[in-house]
Amino acid sequence: MNDFQKEIGAPHLPAAGERGNQASQPVIQAAVYVRDVVRHFGRFAALRGITADFAPGRLYVLLGENGAGKSTLLRVIAGLLAPSRGTVHVLGSADIRAVATRFGYMGHAPLLYDEMSAVENLSYFAALYGITSRARCEEAIRTVGLDPSLERRVGQYSQGMRQRISLARAIVHSPELLFLDEPFSNVDVRSAKQMTTLLARMRDQGTTIFVVTHQAALMEPVADECIVLDAGRLVTREKGIPARLLTPYLAEERAALRGEGAREDVEAPS
Amino acid sequence: MTSVPGLWAITRRSLVKDLRLEWRSKDAINSMLFFALLVVVIFSFGFDPTAEESRKIAGGLLWVAILFATVVALNQTWTRELRNQVLDAYRLSPAPPQALFLSKTVGNFIFVSILEVLMVPLFVVFYNLRSVGPWWQLLVVALLATWALVVNGTFFAALSIRTRSREIMLPLILFPISIPALLAMVDATTSILTGDNSPVFWMRLLAVYDLVFTTVGLILFEPVLNAE
Repeated sequence: MNDFQKEIGAPHLPAAGERGNQASQPVIQAAVYVRDVVRHFGRFAALRGITADFAPGRLYVLLGENGAGKSTLLRVIAGLLAPSRGTVHVLGSADIRAVATRFGYMGHAPLLYDEMSAVENLSYFAALYGITSRARCEEAIRTVGLDPSLERRVGQYSQGMRQRISLARAIVHSPELLFLDEPFSNVDVRSAKQMTTLLARMRDQGTTIFVVTHQAALMEPVADECIVLDAGRLVTREKGIPARLLTPYLAEERAALRGEGAREDVEAPS
Repeated sequence: MTSVPGLWAITRRSLVKDLRLEWRSKDAINSMLFFALLVVVIFSFGFDPTAEESRKIAGGLLWVAILFATVVALNQTWTRELRNQVLDAYRLSPAPPQALFLSKTVGNFIFVSILEVLMVPLFVVFYNLRSVGPWWQLLVVALLATWALVVNGTFFAALSIRTRSREIMLPLILFPISIPALLAMVDATTSILTGDNSPVFWMRLLAVYDLVFTTVGLILFEPVLNAE
């Protein structure tokens, strides 16, 4: 057990080949099935033998320090990166293109054209999924709390608004599975809370959601499970987000969200 | 659940999107135009040909200027897709990769054709050109030659987008591959301008070149798009 694992009090270290989903219900058919996934960038191993099953209809939060492998794992599952070794099945298929219409992805970058408006962007990306209804694009924009009649180009939006349009782009085709990489970066607390409420609603309707974030406190009220990665390994997996995984900084955010706000009320991590 | 969109529908949507982006940013057209204009003006200062000599060298000068200007546009085409990592959104979608290749190629064809429409009158003025052969053959050569430049260029520009010095890499890969096409377009143009030889052989060569590289591009584009 390394320092980071001691710090978070990791109670469970899944061995290679172990199912590693002690907190979840028994998995009948996994939405995502990952076996011994390794990913190298040159000589650097970003993922070192990740093995896990993820049941459908749950909201998973991926936590870990910078460079832990969270985004890489998400990109490997979404098919943007091929694993150097190992197997990934998404929605029962090893061929990610075969299920491309059934999942959505929101990346670090907004994946939007700066020179086009929100509706123009969404209309184009929706068309890639065979959706030609402008009303559906406008509905997706309204869902993330923005006004579809805004004609400004996305490049003129604030970073937070771009994040929300990016989320609208990821959900415009009503995916069964959603991957979100740092969805709350540069998003104000109120908008972030709206986004988490939306994610919880989608989960309740059966969507499986993966969220990579450093802002665990934002996800704590809605997360079903948290998965902690460290140095490319899955070090723990638990129900909800235990308090010990909320750093003082994040706990402070949580207090602010609940309207407590007082620094002295925040429990220090164990 | 949504259905997988068709090749032509996505090609059309992507092309309209590219034309809209170019209309708003004018990244490719502006840089191509200024570059080509500079080349034409500098060439005109470098040579002082008679009308007869002009007919012999104009084909070479014109196509070399267009080739250089095309490289500028080709780099812009994919740079736009790398900004905000938009290309990832396309890669994740069920849309056929070939549709992206086709739309980019047709888009570049339109941009380069606009450049040619603006450049040719300048060439006629600067080099006092009068074609001896039929002008419609020049039009056919222009269409075939432009497609030859952009179909290769779009493919190799996609191949080089993830390299560190892609602006250098693209001409390094593209120019050697383009030599047969360049030879054909220059010789066909010169044949028509001077009226000395029949351009038909060179036109056929260009047509075959276009067919081969369009097919190869369509087949190989998917692994190029998903290369890491």
